[in-house]
Amino acid sequence: MLKFVGKRLLAGIALVAALSVLTFFLLQTGSSDTARRIAGQSATEEAVAQVEARLGLDQPVMQQFLNWAGGALRGDFGVSWFNGQPVTDAVLSRISVTVSLAVGSVVLTALIGIVLGALAATRRGWLDRTVQFLGVLGQAIPGFLMALFLVIVFAIKLDWFPATGYTKPGDSVNEWLLSITLPVVALTIGSIGGVAQQVRGSMIDVLNRDFVRTLRSRGLPVRRIVFRHVLRNAAGPALSVLGLQFVILLGGAVIVEQLFSIPGLGPLALTSTSLGDIPIVMGIVIMTAIVVTIVNTLVDIAQAWLNPKVRLS
Amino acid sequence: MSTATTPVDTAPSDTRAPRAHLLRRLMANPLGGPAIVFLLFVAVVAVIGPFVAPNDPSATSLQNIFAPPGDGLVLGGDSAGRDIFSRLLVATSFSIAGGLLVAAVASAIGVTAGLVAGYFGGWVDTMGSWFTALTMSLPSIIVLIAARSVIGPSMWLTMAIFGVFISPVYYRVVYNSVRAVRNELYVDAARTSGLSTPRIIGRHILLAVRAPVILLTSGIIAAGIGMQAGFDFLGLGDPTIPTWGQMLNEGFYNINRSGLLVLWPSLALGLTLIALTLLGTALRDELEGTGDERAKKLPAWTPSQESDPLLTHGEPVPDPLLEVDGLAVAYEGKTYWTTVVHDARLRVARGKTHGLVGESGSGKSQTAFGILGLLPMGGRVVDGSIRFDGQELVGLSYDDMNKLRGHRIAYVPQEPMSNLDPAFTVGSQLTDPLVIVQGLSRAEARERAISLLGLVGIPDPQRTFDSYPHQLSGGMAQRVLIAGAVASHPDLLIADEPTTALDVTVQAEVLDLLRDLQQELGMAILIVTHNFGVVADLCDHVSVMRKGVIVETGAAEDVFREPKHPYTQSLFDAIPSGAPRAPLPGVTSSGDLGTGSLS
Amino acid sequence: MTEPLLTVDDLVVEYPAQGFRAKPFRAVKGVSFDIRPGETVGLVGESGSGKTTIGRAILGLAPVSGGTVSFRGEDISHPSTARRRELTRNIQVVYQDPYSSLNPALTIGDSLTEPMIVRKTPKAEAARRVRELLDMVQLPADSATRMPREFSGGQRQRIAIARALALDPSLIICDEPVSALDLSTQARVLELFLEIQERTGVAYLFISHDLAVVRELSHRVAVLYHGELVEWGDGDTVTSTPEHPYTQRLLLASPVPDPLQQAQRRADRLRLKEIQAEQDVQAAL
Repeated sequence: MLKFVGKRLLAGIALVAALSVLTFFLLQTGSSDTARRIAGQSATEEAVAQVEARLGLDQPVMQQFLNWAGGALRGDFGVSWFNGQPVTDAVLSRISVTVSLAVGSVVLTALIGIVLGALAATRRGWLDRTVQFLGVLGQAIPGFLMALFLVIVFAIKLDWFPATGYTKPGDSVNEWLLSITLPVVALTIGSIGGVAQQVRGSMIDVLNRDFVRTLRSRGLPVRRIVFRHVLRNAAGPALSVLGLQFVILLGGAVIVEQLFSIPGLGPLALTSTSLGDIPIVMGIVIMTAIVVTIVNTLVDIAQAWLNPKVRLS
Repeated sequence: MSTATTPVDTAPSDTRAPRAHLLRRLMANPLGGPAIVFLLFVAVVAVIGPFVAPNDPSATSLQNIFAPPGDGLVLGGDSAGRDIFSRLLVATSFSIAGGLLVAAVASAIGVTAGLVAGYFGGWVDTMGSWFTALTMSLPSIIVLIAARSVIGPSMWLTMAIFGVFISPVYYRVVYNSVRAVRNELYVDAARTSGLSTPRIIGRHILLAVRAPVILLTSGIIAAGIGMQAGFDFLGLGDPTIPTWGQMLNEGFYNINRSGLLVLWPSLALGLTLIALTLLGTALRDELEGTGDERAKKLPAWTPSQESDPLLTHGEPVPDPLLEVDGLAVAYEGKTYWTTVVHDARLRVARGKTHGLVGESGSGKSQTAFGILGLLPMGGRVVDGSIRFDGQELVGLSYDDMNKLRGHRIAYVPQEPMSNLDPAFTVGSQLTDPLVIVQGLSRAEARERAISLLGLVGIPDPQRTFDSYPHQLSGGMAQRVLIAGAVASHPDLLIADEPTTALDVTVQAEVLDLLRDLQQELGMAILIVTHNFGVVADLCDHVSVMRKGVIVETGAAEDVFREPKHPYTQSLFDAIPSGAPRAPLPGVTSSGDLGTGSLS
Repeated sequence: MTEPLLTVDDLVVEYPAQGFRAKPFRAVKGVSFDIRPGETVGLVGESGSGKTTIGRAILGLAPVSGGTVSFRGEDISHPSTARRRELTRNIQVVYQDPYSSLNPALTIGDSLTEPMIVRKTPKAEAARRVRELLDMVQLPADSATRMPREFSGGQRQRIAIARALALDPSLIICDEPVSALDLSTQARVLELFLEIQERTGVAYLFISHDLAVVRELSHRVAVLYHGELVEWGDGDTVTSTPEHPYTQRLLLASPVPDPLQQAQRRADRLRLKEIQAEQDVQAAL
């Protein structure tokens, strides 16, 4: 098991490293005329050259990468080309908001999705159809469209929630809850169906396995079999789909934030990409990848732990 | 089905018509039909939209700002005075094109790479899994936003990048189906027929990949359209290209001026995506046959055939422990019942072993599951009676039946490995019923489980107790299952082909164990098998089953000595006679051992 | 004495193990035997004995890591791709699982003509051959236009035999060809094997776990245990008065369909078990 965890961690680190190299060269070498854009169209040649020197853009690309990577290893992702703000601060303050939106949605999705899926698997009937309907809905309607609909109905028409804006939990927990309810609900509705369908499918799968019949033949009550054996064996696939949903929800959050004017990664990403502020964009990409890789690694380790074959080796 | 004595055995009664054309079946599907009609409509709009649009979709006009519908503007004007109707027509065209581009790029990369990696493995495989891991570590919108900082607002390039980014979805599906097919025996057979690799891929592999790829594509197109809408909704798109996303953006920021602005693009986007998803669901139903068409109203079950007379040897068993009479088991189909056991009659004597023999599909296992009350989903005892020690079992509730199951009636399955839960130790699987069902304390249960493991001849009970199923051999696992079955000192043990999955030498040991346990515990055994050798070894009585009917029953010696039913006789005739073949002329009869072959 | 058709000499098959620097798994450990033209050699063993692997090694589907396989005197352990494809004309196979050995999406006719496409047989000629083959395995001529799912297990196995016969091979590897079949179907398929051998003079390597089946069909029999050949010789001798302790155990372990005889055999087996256990103890001392 320890060997597995070690291997998985190394793979995660290698992945983030590979991604960094790829992103750096694609973005840094892809953008042209950076100094001219920063200095302004009317700036003199000297001014442009000055900017270039200040940002280190006059150095060879390899050197630029080594500088960047050296800083990144120490947690310093450089400074914004436009306002000089340190990238690490700018991204960290935003990413926490986005991640909390995604985590909140994933937790809600897991709770509702697993219960709904488990009930659908054991009861079938109308619950089954509800799960299928939610599945189609979640698959078909992008989160932002759902959010748009919720804003129009619950914020603009009914005025139950604020349409836009964000209150920090430190300022007022009540206000904070109100401000994130609609975004979280919008994101969750889309993902419940997928999770519930997966849980339902894998539970039905397990229920049809031979050992369930043998357990029944031992006189065990159905409840005991479902809670002890079926849920445990269906947990693996459910975990994978939750891990996948987390990435999808993170992406959804970026768009939904813009809609609700929540100061997360979304608005930051938009302004920096429009400006061509490569250091910030890089920071967003790498830090998001780190968050997702951590989650994926945890999911993998949890999966391995659930499987005695891996756990014992 | 013809009788088994005709020279050519017959096919399973599969009378389905040859596959109707997929499109026709989709149209008949309750979800697929409307979805296809709607998508066809969208497709027509997408193709002719730009040509029939009454106005230039980008022409602004001060006087038409937020103009109401009418007066040359079918749906009115937007915040810049552009014709909403014309914009909607042209946007449909670009949105659909964006989705198609994504699917084209993604499938071109994913399918090719999946085929190569799946069939040959090697570096493409390694690259593929790395690229897949890479794409799984980032939400695609982040990638597109990052890419935009370099490429600028370009709709086509953005969609192409998205296509590259989600190509692993195709890759994995194709890869997995290639892997599955590559190990099929028919691919080996093609290879031994001398087919070259490209031929095998073209003939066998592509065929297997086709359905999953078609299935995915509707979802990928939807994902492309959705992603484009999201991207443009954020205002990152090319402002010169009207799309649904841009219209949504425009509508949303002017929601207080006109609610209608947001309505049209949401409808177009939402309905198109739902139609694509429904089409995907319908495709899956048709391609994989997973549609759950509920029976409208299943007619009551009726006996479907005349049953053969039951031929008996000697007097019936007096005061049997188990008496099955006129048992019928049937499965609910869509429109009719499939009857698998017609009229089974069986008497199992106390403390004796009774063999239930038959070929596959004879209903012998179904009879056993029927007695246990553990028929698979959809199966039901529809007729007859099962009396256990005088008590009628047919009609008992699950909970009432549980007062017998695990107490007086026990079960040993066929396949030892799949009948143990892989996630729990042997010990925990043995003690749980002892605690929950028998009401022992944890410590008592543990002690008892270990002594049971010793009883079934496991050399190191403590070690097996702590083991997980994957650490056991098949023979060991079967002993564990037998230990679990006899834990409650049952009066009746129902064993369903308990040795079929085992090697012959292990089978002999398990048969010895069953015989010893029976003598020790004085229980009756109903053993389901297809092997007359097993019956001869173990059974006092035997019943022969054919096509859901028990045709002959009696003491084992009598049935073996003098089978009465023609079917029983034909089965005995089919047993390898044991006559050796004469040596080939010119070959010395004493085998010469090759060198180096004996250790 | 006729020249052997196929000679397997000190054959070793190893599979690379999963994981870094792990020892490769040795499935076959130096096995030698031969098959003469028109002969049936039975290969008996339990799961893990390496019997299937030997068949696959002869067909080129498993790696030959040591020793040689020669066909009519020619070493075919590591042939070129082109030579391997030529060899398929002479060496064919019938698999155990009648369900996965036919592509469910192709008609029977398509599956049967598969070996002929490669040889560029003209269409009419191929169609004639398919009719002939179907007749040989006693299936109706209209089977060619039908799909595999319309056939039962026994019928599919007949189709698989027909496919193996398509190129008129001199050797067919039969890998447990009847063990997935019901008793009565099994008997008829075995009869078909014998009949075809008489008609065409094809040789069989008949792989099975069932001593009784092997005995009925084989001229000579080889017994495998954990990848090693423990006994090899005349079919009757090996299957009725074996010398090796393992073969003795194997013979007595498979129950006979007669209660009285089986009671005798059971007693014999338990006695043998005691004797062998005693010998083991003495050997250990």
